[in-house]
Amino acid sequence: MNTQFWIIQAFNGISYGALLFLVGSGLSLIFGVMRIVNLAHGAYFLWGGYIALSVIWVTGSWALSLPVAALAVAAIGLVMERLFLRSEGFEYLRNGSIALGVAILITLAIGNWSPSVVSGWAPFVTVTAILTIALYFLLTRIPIIPIETDVLRQVLLTVGFAFLFQQAALDIWGGDNMDIVPADMFNTSVVIGGIYFPAYRAFMIATAAGIGLVIWLVMEKTRMGAAVRATVDDAQMARGVGIDTNRVSMFIFALGAFLAALGGVIGGAFLGIYPGLDFEMLPLAFAVVIIGGMGSLVGAAIGALAVGLADNFGKALFPEISYFTLYAPMVLILAVKPTGLFGRE
Amino acid sequence: MMSSQKFKILMVAVALVALAYIVPHSSSFVVLLATRALVFAILAMSLDILLGFTGLPSLGQAAYFGVGAYLTAILATKFHVGLGWDFWLVVIYGMLIGAALAALFGLFAIRATGVYFLMITLALGQCVWGLAYRWNSLTGGDNGISVTARPTFGLDLTNERTFFFLVFGFFLFTLISLYVLVQSPFGRSLAGIRERELRMQILGYNTWLHKYIAFVIAGAFGGLSGVLWAHTNGLVSPETVVLTTSVDALLMVVLGGAGTLVGGVIGSVIVFGLREYLSTLVPWWQYVLGGVYVLTILYLPTGLMGIPARIRQARGSSDKSTKSATPEKLVPTPS
Repeated sequence: MNTQFWIIQAFNGISYGALLFLVGSGLSLIFGVMRIVNLAHGAYFLWGGYIALSVIWVTGSWALSLPVAALAVAAIGLVMERLFLRSEGFEYLRNGSIALGVAILITLAIGNWSPSVVSGWAPFVTVTAILTIALYFLLTRIPIIPIETDVLRQVLLTVGFAFLFQQAALDIWGGDNMDIVPADMFNTSVVIGGIYFPAYRAFMIATAAGIGLVIWLVMEKTRMGAAVRATVDDAQMARGVGIDTNRVSMFIFALGAFLAALGGVIGGAFLGIYPGLDFEMLPLAFAVVIIGGMGSLVGAAIGALAVGLADNFGKALFPEISYFTLYAPMVLILAVKPTGLFGRE
Repeated sequence: MMSSQKFKILMVAVALVALAYIVPHSSSFVVLLATRALVFAILAMSLDILLGFTGLPSLGQAAYFGVGAYLTAILATKFHVGLGWDFWLVVIYGMLIGAALAALFGLFAIRATGVYFLMITLALGQCVWGLAYRWNSLTGGDNGISVTARPTFGLDLTNERTFFFLVFGFFLFTLISLYVLVQSPFGRSLAGIRERELRMQILGYNTWLHKYIAFVIAGAFGGLSGVLWAHTNGLVSPETVVLTTSVDALLMVVLGGAGTLVGGVIGSVIVFGLREYLSTLVPWWQYVLGGVYVLTILYLPTGLMGIPARIRQARGSSDKSTKSATPEKLVPTPS
């Protein structure tokens, strides 16, 4: 254990922290604005990686895959938020899409147990359409108790989506472990003082720092940012002074999905992309959010660094309890100061 | 005319007798499935004490399940304890370790409310998972521990049907104990805390202590289900304590109906049916599981057990506009 060990581990820890910042900052902002514990956030990370893979397969361009994957997942997040988490005004679309989904499953089930009934496309579509209409009218008759105020129901709803995303990813991209190969320019190492620093990890740190800076500027200097901060502090009051908190939550949810997907593309190069990665990243992202404080960008940055370093040094120094050393501080912080180190009361 | 409470108890008793009669006469696959579902039903009922009766949504109930299971596996494989009559001792140890862990965790968790309670129980659950996953010398790491031998004490527990009756016995024990608990004055004050904690404080109740005791009791029964799971599954691995186990347990309770005890049983049968039975039939079973989550949360927040009340309410409100009897939310959020 010499200086070199410490420097390399610290560098790895910081670059891992950079990745965690991308995943955690979005989760933190979503929590701060909407009070939603989004357990589908890991799925956004995974989907970011998978969509990037598809873009790379089609176009061969890694640079293009970054924005495409991030924007695509942001759109998915936006739809999920509008239709299911804040569905006011979109009840018809929500009921319709759920009816369609359930109808497809029922038709698949019929096809599975009596294939003669729905063989080929035409019968399949017909049966699905009839079922969709029937289910739609059934669903609209059920009075809905709003979920906006109920933490537990929101959590379980996002879990449901996490499972749906997981299965869909498995069906689309298969179950193999795949790697995202970044542009050639990152396959080198920078040598400083006889120590090799992989260029890709330096790129990760630079990207996270750049994005963090941009979001920080938006939050601090623009009107939208002020609206977001006001909503984090007191959503009811913000509504009272005329801030459209509905739009704020929409914006933040899409931003959070965007950042998580970006993390998936960037992280996919050294973590790989595989089924189950979503639920591996999720608790880490929560550790970032909790240590830093929910709804705080600066907190997320510091939390991400702390988790990244703790994870790296923990695994290197005391592997047997390495995850424990990660989550135990999280418990202590929650017990002492539930709003996290930088969260506001 | 019987009172509705007595009628419900009679219904549950009839269903249980039917279960105990039908399952052993079914195929061995059904026996296996029912055994597993009943073990999880014990976990779900222990969680219902927190979620349904005290209003504490715990996202880490798998921790107690996990320590019970790991304790059983480690005692059996490393010390050859619990494979004879001393199995009953292990059951007690399992409940004690679950209770002890909950007593420790409760010190951190009970102070927190609402979403912070969710987060801190999630973090506590992850602590246990982290140890199970990484502490190779004790837990076998990612591979886990195989529990190959079932205990032998007069009964032949390698016979799945005999084993089913053992689990069924523990299940009945849990159901009756927890039912007595929630009907007791203590259980009534838990419900009071769920409805309006501040009022209970003003009335002079030590609400922290009440919640803490409920947390410890839930931990003890979580530990019990873990002990049974080790012998049911034959393998104890980090999968046992993973976050999705805790989340599944929550879904089971909500799907069946929080605050009803038997709701958790119905929920665990359905979720297990999906996870273990449907998954052998079709590759797209997880869409169904995800769909059940979404449908339950959006359209059935009071669970399957709550359907009759909601239908009655819908009929009643069309006649005369009565005030909503359905709770606005499952768990009150502190303002």
